[in-house]
Amino acid sequence: MKIKIITMLLILIGLITHGQAAEKKPILTLMTHDSFAVGKDVLAQFEQQQGVTLKIIKSGDAGAALNQAILSKANPLADVFFGVDNTFMSRALKADIFSAYASPHLARIPDELKLDPGNRLLPVSYGDVCLNYERQWFADKGIRPPHDLDDLLKPAYKSLTVVQNPATSSPGMAFLLATVGRFGEDGFLEYWKKLRNNDVYISPGWSDAYYGQFTRAKGGTRPIVVSYASSPPAEVYYSETKVDDAPTAAVLAPQTAFRQIEFVGILKGTRQQELAAKLVDFMLDTRFQQDIPLHMWVFPADSTIQLPDVFIKYTRKAENPVMLTPEAIEAGRERWLEAWTEIVLR
Amino acid sequence: MAGSMDGDCITVKQPSRYLLIIPPLIFMGLFYFYPLASILSLSFTPQDGTSFKGLEKLFSSAYYARVLWFTTWQATLSTVLTLVLAMPAAFVFSRYTFKGKDLVLSLTTIPFVLPTVVTAAAFSALLGRGGLVNTVLMQLFGLEQPIIRLEHSVWFFLMAHVFYNFTVVLRIVGGFWARLPRQVFDAARMLGASGRVIFFKVTLPLLAPAILAASLLVFVFCFTSFGVVLILGGPRLATVEVEIYRQAVHLFNLPVAAALSLVQILFTFGLMTAYTRLERRTSIALLPEAAPKSTPLAKRPKDRLVIYTCLGTMAVFLGAPILALFIRSILTETGVGLTYYLALFENRAQSILYVAPATAILNSLGFALAATLIALTLGCLSSAFLAGAKNRPAVLLDPILMLPLSTSAVTLGFGFVVALDEPPLNLRSSWLLPAIAHALVALPFVIRSVLPAWRSIPQSLREAATMLGASPRRAWFAVDWPILSRALMVGAVFAFAISMGEFGASVFVARPQTPTLPLAIYRFLSHPGSLNYGQAMAMSCLLMLTTAAGFGLLEKLKPASGNF
Repeated sequence: MKIKIITMLLILIGLITHGQAAEKKPILTLMTHDSFAVGKDVLAQFEQQQGVTLKIIKSGDAGAALNQAILSKANPLADVFFGVDNTFMSRALKADIFSAYASPHLARIPDELKLDPGNRLLPVSYGDVCLNYERQWFADKGIRPPHDLDDLLKPAYKSLTVVQNPATSSPGMAFLLATVGRFGEDGFLEYWKKLRNNDVYISPGWSDAYYGQFTRAKGGTRPIVVSYASSPPAEVYYSETKVDDAPTAAVLAPQTAFRQIEFVGILKGTRQQELAAKLVDFMLDTRFQQDIPLHMWVFPADSTIQLPDVFIKYTRKAENPVMLTPEAIEAGRERWLEAWTEIVLR
Repeated sequence: MAGSMDGDCITVKQPSRYLLIIPPLIFMGLFYFYPLASILSLSFTPQDGTSFKGLEKLFSSAYYARVLWFTTWQATLSTVLTLVLAMPAAFVFSRYTFKGKDLVLSLTTIPFVLPTVVTAAAFSALLGRGGLVNTVLMQLFGLEQPIIRLEHSVWFFLMAHVFYNFTVVLRIVGGFWARLPRQVFDAARMLGASGRVIFFKVTLPLLAPAILAASLLVFVFCFTSFGVVLILGGPRLATVEVEIYRQAVHLFNLPVAAALSLVQILFTFGLMTAYTRLERRTSIALLPEAAPKSTPLAKRPKDRLVIYTCLGTMAVFLGAPILALFIRSILTETGVGLTYYLALFENRAQSILYVAPATAILNSLGFALAATLIALTLGCLSSAFLAGAKNRPAVLLDPILMLPLSTSAVTLGFGFVVALDEPPLNLRSSWLLPAIAHALVALPFVIRSVLPAWRSIPQSLREAATMLGASPRRAWFAVDWPILSRALMVGAVFAFAISMGEFGASVFVARPQTPTLPLAIYRFLSHPGSLNYGQAMAMSCLLMLTTAAGFGLLEKLKPASGNF
């Protein structure tokens, strides 16, 4: 009996490890963060066209993945890295882990997304971090939904908002940057002081805020949350029953959202420079770009791409979002975080 | 699974005894000290781009002292609370048999595998401002405001710590308790000692090694607590572990992160050294019962009351959150149904990231089995060595083997990336690395489960067996094995659970497409939409079920006698 079970276990381990062996085609490795997603057939198309096997390795959140890429600089883990955003861009460029590549597809991408003139990091997608609110809650209470950051300070909005801690969450950091851009280095702390007085709730991460404190969650009590412009369409797409209208809406007024741009780059030290460039081309090309909205829930960098219906119907891009240069962000990050922690948490 | 242990190992002479510890030391050297040393030396080597400006703040600012104090304080309090709540249960489980005991025991270990986000969700659903208890109370008494306001308080995450660690005390202390020879108590009673006197003068001293072992594990576990404190405790409370993550990931301030990791390691090392001394002093060799004789559920109302009170308390602390999760996985917007479970099987967007539940289960089981095998083999060898170790350097090895448990997951994860990049150790994106990372954390649990049992076997018993003509191998299987096998089971259960829950540095290990159950849960929880949330709950229930099934399988491997 015991021997049988042990044999079964060994066979099971064997089965699991089996998939690792027996691959003759060249392997191209893409390193990325946990939120990366893409259609099966899309990747299969690339593999077929180029006659390669694409291996995707993930290493934690955006910050953790980038740091591991930097740490393994001497002996890179992968050929291509996707997922450096504009808040971490300066760190990535300073570490000098990417080599320049001017993809022909860059022509279709708006200039304001191309933050690296040296083309070491090429924009693939972007998302607008902004306030989301539950529409029904505001309709029931007869309160006007927020349409600007200043609304959150009003007495009627006391105890209604949940935001993420910028020290532990990437949307939290983006929202902090939105306030820095909007109110300036001198004014953003004043804003947060007032927000604190209006009983803002600080959650460590997006999941806990959205699925714990936001009123859409069972037991949640706050109808305003920091999330993405794409969250309302995602609510529709991932609803249990067919719904005609989104239960939530995003606040996209000028200077209320922060635009997070995600970049791809070829890692220095790759032995497959040409193939790596092909993958970058592919990620900027129509097929992949079309696939972005419904898989990663952000906007494709190529502005000529037609968005899926659920996006067109239930959201827009933020108007005139806050943009800070990567250099300003890198220079200010620690100082702003410390000041924020001092004001909001102590 | 313990076949790697040679039967002669107990009677071997000192020099060859050192052979036992070589494999564990090689493992620790390659997968713990080498990565750790690599990341620490890299962090402290000045490079363009990194600066040491943060370092002096570490010592000059009162902030870090406060963080260290808070970390220690909450870990101590968590340990005491867990002991207070779990000791009565350990008593009941070691003393009585009753229907469904095995099942209840399995259930107590389930919390161990739950991702912190899920646990936090369960606690909020129960006790949060808009949670079940508050809603019921508000309706009952017609209140305007919720009465229970635990959110962002120390008590909220302390409860979660008890929820996670209850099983550690129950299994380690309870298992040891069940094997204490009854004659000792009978003798004490015959000499006229009262129940209280027996407990404090006989039982407690005899239990001390197991209580100490369990307390240490709970303490270190809570000391490095991360997600629970963050979510339930609120942003104002930070442990050293949280601070390391913040410095390493968000600020990329490696010198400060490395210094904090060192502080964490040295602090716990000091504690463990003190502990191992104490443990050796408290352990008393006596004739443990190979097959514990627990009394069947007595008809006496007093006994029943004790059992029901104990089970009732456990139902509230451990059962309610698990039940809440289960209810949420079947309570859809249109009533009770299996919508979420069915959705798990359909790949809507044809994403490469879609994980079929069966794949996730197989991956999780594969990692867990590999990790359990590694941890058990090395744990047995280490315990065999430590049980007879007498000289100083040998004694020092015990706390060293415990170190991975107290080391920051980020630090070690980054260490893997830096160190394991050259053949033959090019393991950075190998499927083996997560299993190794789990085994590192599981090893201390195996050692702490096995060592007290091993030390409790009196040498005289083995000598008697040998004198009666038994070969060393035979003596080992007749004397040691029956006692050890149960302790090994406890260790195996913990190793399995740690791996199923993806505990430790494996979170930061780069890995190809081998999604496990916890990773699938995190993926669902990272997008809006009620279906995603529902599927996360359903996947959590699958995780719990798979774990319970795994425990069942492990139980099957256990020798027939005994029921702890």
